Amino acid sequence: MIRLRGVRKSFGERDVLRDVSFDVAAGEVACLIGPSGSGKSTILRCINGLESHDAGTIEVDGVAVTPQSLPQVRAAVSMVFQRFNLFPHRTALDNIIEGPVHVLGQPVAKATARAMALLERVGMASHAQAFPRHLSGGQQQRIGIARALAMEPRAILLDEPTSALDPERVGEVLKVMRDLADGGMTMIVVTHEIAFAREAADQILFVDGGTIAEQGPAAEFLSNPKTDRTRLFLSRVRHPL
Amino acid sequence: MQEFLADAALFLPVLLRGLGMTLLLTAAALAVSIALGLLWVLMGYARFAPLRWISRAIINVIRGIPIIVQLFCIYFVLPEWGLDLPPFAAGVLGLGLAYSVYQAENFRGGLSSVDKDLIEAGTMLGMTWPVLMRRVVLPLGIPAALPSLGNTTIMLLKDSSIASTITIAELTRAGQLLAISTFKNGTVYLLIALLYLAASLPMAAAVRALERRFARK
Repeated sequence: MIRLRGVRKSFGERDVLRDVSFDVAAGEVACLIGPSGSGKSTILRCINGLESHDAGTIEVDGVAVTPQSLPQVRAAVSMVFQRFNLFPHRTALDNIIEGPVHVLGQPVAKATARAMALLERVGMASHAQAFPRHLSGGQQQRIGIARALAMEPRAILLDEPTSALDPERVGEVLKVMRDLADGGMTMIVVTHEIAFAREAADQILFVDGGTIAEQGPAAEFLSNPKTDRTRLFLSRVRHPL
Repeated sequence: MQEFLADAALFLPVLLRGLGMTLLLTAAALAVSIALGLLWVLMGYARFAPLRWISRAIINVIRGIPIIVQLFCIYFVLPEWGLDLPPFAAGVLGLGLAYSVYQAENFRGGLSSVDKDLIEAGTMLGMTWPVLMRRVVLPLGIPAALPSLGNTTIMLLKDSSIASTITIAELTRAGQLLAISTFKNGTVYLLIALLYLAASLPMAAAVRALERRFARK
């Protein structure tokens, strides 16, 4: 479903991604973990074409990500941002129907009906008419997820979706993500939530220094990491003190 | 004092007609300046590089020439090339053109204040450049430009007095004619100043209200 081969990306002198390759099958949940600045977010941004990659290939559903294929790729892959990035001048409902109406050209009535179902699904039906500034971070992020789902994507990319939240609000967003994973949605999640990775992920990819340092099925990766670097990272995340 | 009041009663009807013309001229020139200013700024954001160069060139040229010279060019020089505009049209065009570059700066400031993350969110949804402009950048950027746009409007109101030099009977010219024929310079110019203030102070209040509204967000 999503395939990266030898992907490289540099910002000026700095090589952010050097030779990233992995596969995510349809219906699979992949978690990208790793230290800050290792290139995790850049991988997601390259898949969705928010950044262009310098070398290697990225394929979504067999379509190579190029400047020409971006409309097609973005229709297939939606994204959820760390800082939500909701449109502040539109209500929760209008944020969700924005893409379906103004990109996909759906009639407002149809998009609204679907959006209400999505709001129900993320537990935000009673906040349809609220503006983002009146919602908590967790509520905004659930709207962000509903906005991504409204495009009926084949896969969604979540870039540290719970990192900007109050600790008490993390659970409500993880629950929505968990439901999505159980429903068979293809997801790539950049996260520091090891517990989520253990329960929901099919595979875990450890990103370090711009490359995939280790990868494997979630249970095996977490219980039996192969490299010292991975062991050190996991122990620091689990035992910050 | 009594003499001042008697003169004022006599002069005010003439001056108020002049003020009406001043407001009409300001409003028309404002509309032209906003339309052209938006055009310059959108050209400045265009992917096609020559459009950006043209926009930059127009802004630099217009900004570098005094408004009175621009008005004279339109009113006295264009007729020699066969384009003979009536005074009011020449005034609207001249002031509108001159002020379009300040409006472009106002809009540029407003549009560049739009959070890049929101542009990414729109891009992520698959929005093309025109849709992104229409649905995200303009609705957020134009309100952000309103306070500075209001300040520019106050400057435009005052600079509309320059149109007195091309025979438009706005407030300043109406007053000049009164002063010349009555020799009551003090009374006439005091009244003119008060009338400009009466028009600009409410605008200043509106600008402050807009600024407060944005500070709250």
